[in-house]
Amino acid sequence: MTAMIEVADANKTFTMHLQGGIELPVVRGVTFHVDPGECVVLSGPSGAGKSSILKMIFGNYRCDSGRIGIRHRGQVIDLATAEPRQVLNVRRATIGYVSQFLRAVPRVATIDVVAEPLIVNGLGRADAQARAGELLRRLNIPERLWQLPPATFSGGEQQRVNIARGFISELPILLLDEPTASLDAANRAVVVELIAEKKRQGVAMVAIVHDDEIRHLIADRIVDVTSFAAAA
Amino acid sequence: MADLLETDQPLLIANALSKSYGRIVACRDVSFALYPGEVLAIVGESGSGKSTLLQMLSGQLAASGGQVSYRMRDSVTRDLASLGEAERRLLFRTDWGFVHQDPAQGLRMAVSAGANVGERLMAVGWNHYGRIRESASDWLARVEIDVARIDDAPRTYSGGMRQRLQIARNLVTEPRLVFMDEPTGGLDVSVQARLLDLLRNLVAELHLAVVIVTHDLAVARLLSHRVMVMKGGRVIETGLTDQVLDDPREPYTQLLVSSILPP
Repeated sequence: MTAMIEVADANKTFTMHLQGGIELPVVRGVTFHVDPGECVVLSGPSGAGKSSILKMIFGNYRCDSGRIGIRHRGQVIDLATAEPRQVLNVRRATIGYVSQFLRAVPRVATIDVVAEPLIVNGLGRADAQARAGELLRRLNIPERLWQLPPATFSGGEQQRVNIARGFISELPILLLDEPTASLDAANRAVVVELIAEKKRQGVAMVAIVHDDEIRHLIADRIVDVTSFAAAA
Repeated sequence: MADLLETDQPLLIANALSKSYGRIVACRDVSFALYPGEVLAIVGESGSGKSTLLQMLSGQLAASGGQVSYRMRDSVTRDLASLGEAERRLLFRTDWGFVHQDPAQGLRMAVSAGANVGERLMAVGWNHYGRIRESASDWLARVEIDVARIDDAPRTYSGGMRQRLQIARNLVTEPRLVFMDEPTGGLDVSVQARLLDLLRNLVAELHLAVVIVTHDLAVARLLSHRVMVMKGGRVIETGLTDQVLDDPREPYTQLLVSSILPP
């Protein structure tokens, strides 16, 4: 395949054992692909399963059946059946995930939170911090905050730190879960620009965005998640 | 590093490990492979068999069935049961570490901090006093203990400092595998956070393989790549840490995950 992501007939149901074994069907028959340099936006109302699909592509939620094909270092790996070690390797070298909320370790300075993905992949600390600084500046995080841990920042500032951390790495796939929620207009525009740059670099992206205007600006294709609604 | 991870061989292999005491089965049929640089958390409540398993893995308790093999520094993988007592001791002093929940079990409380760290070096043949002391102060600094306290005995240290000293003592010989038994167990929450952050950095920097027993899922999430959930002596669920914690499948794992109080 030439696609970076190829999801085929993926199914997911939650079984809630503590609630008497209720089955909560999430999505059924999820099928779509994403090419390099393309941004696919998942659309559908809240609860339609958009975030769950993103988590399935990241290997965070397990699939009951179906296939999550990911092009990783020239090979296709099915994350639905991959070993934990393979999933970790795919995450280190291929797939990045920008979640809605920052999950930061206490005590770690903002600049290091952002630089960490580069350091993990072998870049020197000084270079990684320089790149982190550039991104933080673009996202309007004042330099006096860089040495502080982000735990005390406002929601919008934390989200921008999170975006900087997500966009800093040079991974060929990025999953974006509402990257512009809780941002003001100026910062939303920066994120739209960052996404455009990633497209030019050939990065394949899957995004969830509720803002119609942003969706028009970034989407190359829209996949309607309601068509994968599991019959409840 | 990523490439290395994809091609290398397991460091520690457990194969169908079991332990029973008469008719009571403490641990049943546990198998896994641990790779260099990989952190495996074993979670479960008291009596689930996780400590028994840790003791068998670290060669402190003979298994009733199954084997543990370890890839030695010469790249030969050997069954632990086939090692002589001297070889096993050497392994324990050099290539392995063991961090106990109670630092008093892993430290000598009445001798100085410097001697606690230096002792492991002397056991592997270091005999130059100046160099031992230099390495000991270096390690105290790495675990954030004021070097001015090097001549004080750990019984004068706080709980958090003792635990950090125990870690320094374990890591000074550059082991490849460290066993940890509830390393943050007896500590205040703020002290725990600092220790976890320190451990997380050291594990990544030194590319350590770790088997950590904990009942605290937050510890597992922060430190481990993979988790094994135990109940009644069996492994009931295993997988990538975030998979198991965010999408638990077994009733018992769902109960564990849903029992966490939000901060």
